[in-house]
Amino acid sequence: MMVTENVVKVGIADLKFAKSPEVLRTSGLGSCVGVVVYDLSQKVAGMAHVMLPDSTQSRRDNLNLLKYADTSINILVDEMVNNGARKFAMKAKMAGGAQMFSFTSTSDMLRVGARNIEAVTKMLEMYRIPIVAQDVGGNSGRTIEFCPSTGKLKIRTVNQGEAEI
Amino acid sequence: MSFMDKLTSYQLDILKEIGNIGAGNAATALSKLLNRKVDMNVPSVRVVDFDEMMEMVGGPEVIIVSVFLRINGEAPGSMFFVLSPAEAEVFVQQIIDDKEFSLNNPPFEELGLSALHEVGNILAGSYLSALSDLTSINMQPSVPSLNMDMAGAILMQGLVEISQESDYAIIIDTKINEQDNENREIQGHFFLLPDPESFKKIFTALGVKDQ
Repeated sequence: MMVTENVVKVGIADLKFAKSPEVLRTSGLGSCVGVVVYDLSQKVAGMAHVMLPDSTQSRRDNLNLLKYADTSINILVDEMVNNGARKFAMKAKMAGGAQMFSFTSTSDMLRVGARNIEAVTKMLEMYRIPIVAQDVGGNSGRTIEFCPSTGKLKIRTVNQGEAEI
Repeated sequence: MSFMDKLTSYQLDILKEIGNIGAGNAATALSKLLNRKVDMNVPSVRVVDFDEMMEMVGGPEVIIVSVFLRINGEAPGSMFFVLSPAEAEVFVQQIIDDKEFSLNNPPFEELGLSALHEVGNILAGSYLSALSDLTSINMQPSVPSLNMDMAGAILMQGLVEISQESDYAIIIDTKINEQDNENREIQGHFFLLPDPESFKKIFTALGVKDQ
């Protein structure tokens, strides 16, 4: 029998939630980081597509809170609780944070992948949510898909095919 | 967004003309290089959010070949020359005169990649020098970076600088077409993405008032 999975697409600088049998997917992660926080027993999960590490570095007033690691993880964790997840049971997985371009430059712009990873890790530590698996860094783009009922994160890259963590 | 809301149609025309002059110069360079006729389309200028930008190249997961360079100087920005893998293959085959070159299975042939890198550099460089001559703004391209990967991954890295300040990018898109004897067509896109603060400099340099 064909099972049509219900895919919830997470855009760039976006945040979505899903309950089993839905799956969460975000495509084309480069320096951006895809963070999944989930409660396996409740089969709920939330995924954030984080672009930048730090909202305090922006000079704008009306920030897009979902763009930054510090602000979007706040929302992710809060909303997970509203969606029926229990804080002590929450676990996290993440992928992304690659450095796509290799030329040397002093600019922080090129290190944004590594800085995103650091910022996300720090935020999750603050909430005491363990990162049980991650596939970060490197220099290739990733598409990730998370299944809330199994807790598996599928990662697809152009050259290395598909992996599951 | 406030600034981009205020873009007048006159200013949009100026940006289009920039794309025209830049890509026109690049098309001439390519035509000389290949000794063949190269066409170009009327440029389009669009204000897009990040998801829309991905849709312009066919979605974030589509594999693209891109030559990216960062523009430093008085009016910083990012520039991409984007091809599909199949088009890049044809392109390289023409340049190095090797029908065997393929982008299907890594590792790819070094000579072909290097040629692609260099042609990307020449094209982007001639685009920028035309733009720099026109505006008399000092623009220094960085060393280009050649990538083949998912569009989202590549384009977002180029947008990092813009995304600090804005959720939108103004994108000047010009297409060049080139057809060889076997009717294989290549369509390359030039994306010029000036950083938000660069627009004012460009407009001022061209004598356009901010309002």
